[in-house]
Parts: sequence; C-alpha cells; structure tokens
Amino acid sequence: MNYFVTFLLAIVSSFLVDNVVLSRFYGICSFVGVSNRVKSAASMGIAVTFVIVLAALVSWPIYVFILVPAELTFMDTIVYILVIASLVQVVGLVVKKFSPSLYKALGIYLPLITTNCAVLGVVQENTAKGASYAYAAADFGTAMANALGTSVGFLVVIVLMACIRTRLEAANTPKAFKGLPIALITAALMALAFMGFQGIGA
Amino acid sequence: MEEKKRYFHKESFLKPIWQENPLFVLVLGTCPALAVTKTFEASLGMGILFTFVLVFSNVIISALRKIIPDEVHIPCYIVVIATFVTITKMMTEAFLPELYSSLGVFLALLVVNCIVLGRAEAFANKNTVGDSLLDGLGNGVGFTLALCIIGLVREILGTGMLTLGNIFTFIQVNGEAIHLPILKAVDGSYDFSISLFSNPAGGFITLGVIMAIIAAVNNHKAAIAKAKALEEKKRQAALKAQQAQAAVGGDK
Repeated sequence: MNYFVTFLLAIVSSFLVDNVVLSRFYGICSFVGVSNRVKSAASMGIAVTFVIVLAALVSWPIYVFILVPAELTFMDTIVYILVIASLVQVVGLVVKKFSPSLYKALGIYLPLITTNCAVLGVVQENTAKGASYAYAAADFGTAMANALGTSVGFLVVIVLMACIRTRLEAANTPKAFKGLPIALITAALMALAFMGFQGIGA
Repeated sequence: MEEKKRYFHKESFLKPIWQENPLFVLVLGTCPALAVTKTFEASLGMGILFTFVLVFSNVIISALRKIIPDEVHIPCYIVVIATFVTITKMMTEAFLPELYSSLGVFLALLVVNCIVLGRAEAFANKNTVGDSLLDGLGNGVGFTLALCIIGLVREILGTGMLTLGNIFTFIQVNGEAIHLPILKAVDGSYDFSISLFSNPAGGFITLGVIMAIIAAVNNHKAAIAKAKALEEKKRQAALKAQQAQAAVGGDK
C-alpha cells in the first residue's frame, strides 16, 4: 500500500470508525453544551477544527525535536496545554484581524476551545507511544491524518446532533427526559450507528 | 457574623457530594464519566486520582489567590493543574501500572477537566485554603460516587459480573481476580448480560437514564411540595374564616 492510501485510511478511521465524540469520548462537554442550535454548533465545530489541526502541526515538532532530545517527555502535558492556550489566543487575534464577521460568529466559543479535551486528546495521542492509546502515531503524516479526521469528525457529529436536537424540541418527550437526558439517549443511538463503521480500513 | 470567622465550613464539603453533584446535577466532566466507566474498578481509580488532583490544585490556587494577577489567571491555574496531573500520572505509572494503562489518555486529560478548572475559577480563588480543601474533597467524593454508580451499572449489565482485582492487584485471591457472578455464571450456565453496555453507546444510555431518574425524583418532590403548600394555604384560609366567624359570633 502506498503512502497516500495509508494517509487516507488513517483519516477515515479517525473520522468514522473511532469517531472523536461517539467512540473516543473527547469533547463531550462542548458536544452536549453547544449543540442546541445548528449555527452555534457549526461555529464551534469550525473553531475546533482550526485549533486541532494547528495544535497537531505545532506540537509534533516540539515533541520530536525539543522534548525527546532534551529527555523532557514527562513534561508533555504542561507543554501541550500551554501551546494550545497560546494557539487559541493567536487564532483569536488573527481571525479578529482578517474576518471580523467570523470572529463575531465564533464569539465566546473561541476561548472555550482551550478546555476542549478533543484538542489535548488528539495531541497526546499523536505523540504517545503505548498500547493504552487508541492511536499511537508513527510519523508526522499519521499524526496529521489523525488531526484532520478527528476535527472533521467533531464538526460533522456536533452539527448532526444540533439538527436532531432542534427537531427533538418539538417532540413530545417524557417530562423527566426533557433536555439533557434525551440528548444523551440520542447520542447513544448515534454511537450505535457509528459502530457500524467498525472494520473499515482495519 | 460568627459564621464568617470560621475557617472550615461543613457545607462546602457536604453540598457537592449529592445536592450539587458535579456530574449528575451540574453536568461537568462528562468525558471521563463516559470513557473510563466501562468497569467499576477503573471508575473508582479515576475518581481517586481526580480527587487528589482537585484537592491539591484547589489548595495551591487558593493559597496563591492574592498573588496571581487577574489578567493571566487562567494560564496560571492551568499550569498549577497540569503540574499535579503530571505528578499523578508519574505516580500512577510507577505504582499502579494496570490503572495507568486502563485510563490511558484520560489521565492527562484531567488538565482540561471542566470541574477542576471550574472549582478553581468559581471557588478556590475567592475562599480560604481550608474551605477550598473541603470543597475539593467534597467535589472529588461526589464525582467518585457518580463515576462508581455508572461504572457499577455498566460493568454488571455489560459483562454480567463484577470483577475485582484486575486493576487493584492487591485485592487478588491466589493471584487471580475475584469474579462476582451476578447476571452471568462463571461456568457460563446462565448469561443475561447485555454487551451493549460495555460499548460507547452504553455509556451514553446509562448517563442519560440516570439523569432522567434524578429529574423524575426531583419533579416528584417538587410536585409533593407544591401540593403541600397548596393544602397549607387552604388550611390557613379555612382557619382564618373560622376565626372571623368566631369573632362575628363573639360580637353578637
């Protein structure tokens, strides 16, 4: 198999097979919290996509060329979270300068991304070596494929969920299930559907 | 005024355990609550490590609350939290390697846990060290309790038995984990387990149903309170009318 096919398969597997929200459980907080409206869900998804790809792009060289030679790999969590926090700031500034309308649309979701575990989770997976991680990326290509697939997976799932939830509001749900419980049950059904992708690209 | 001078407040420990439970009531920290609750032991381990991180980060942030400048407080909190998460990670890897490998990346993800950052932001930076310690303990115990409930339900329904000793290896008997057959016999003579609950979908269902049960109980309580208040009002009105009647009768 040539390199390009491996790259594509890695994207598909982190997008569909091990979906970031429904099977790896990253970013549930924002998934549940921001999926009330389609528009805000899409804004959040786009912002997260930005930050995940950038963070993966920056953190891989930091790990390989700075932390490993300096034998400071145990510091990875602290370094990554600082990288992510400053990246979010930079992205905020850049977006504000070049596209004020997008900045307005992203609004408060931009700073919230720092604490979205999808970002830190992907970065950790990309550099981790060990069986306990779903993805232990072997090289830069796989790391980037994981970042791309994960972030697109997050975007798609949060928008789908927002669409379903706007329909659910009109539905006649039992009183106790109103709001969050029924949203979680919906997520469970989505997770069941995504289990159908298991085996692709294996 | 006396209340304010006290160094420890019992409420800051007791409230978060059930009344303001971080997971079931405030719906924070859902990522670990779904990801590591496949088994009871992993849930318990996660809860204990979480409590450790939360207590220490709360204490340090509360002690530094007058030094940390307001403009950069979030990065400061994150560095404090990340330090304790790194310590926890290294200790767990050294002393409980089974727990370390079963928690995986979610141990590192404690850095961005909404509860830890939320308690720092909402409580530790305004209150005394002693109170923050109690608040951290209370939230930790509450979260551990919530994780253990989900873990118990998922493990028993998903695998049919409760396994002890896979992760906390010191409770093994004769070098083997203890299996408590509940829905599934050890020899396989009966098996009522639902493997869906071991899957990701089962986590969502369990959390959703538990939250619905809590909402139902609260709705029921509210309805009873409302009915009682209504009855009390009626009784008062009747009493007043009686008194008025008596007063009128006395006048005659």
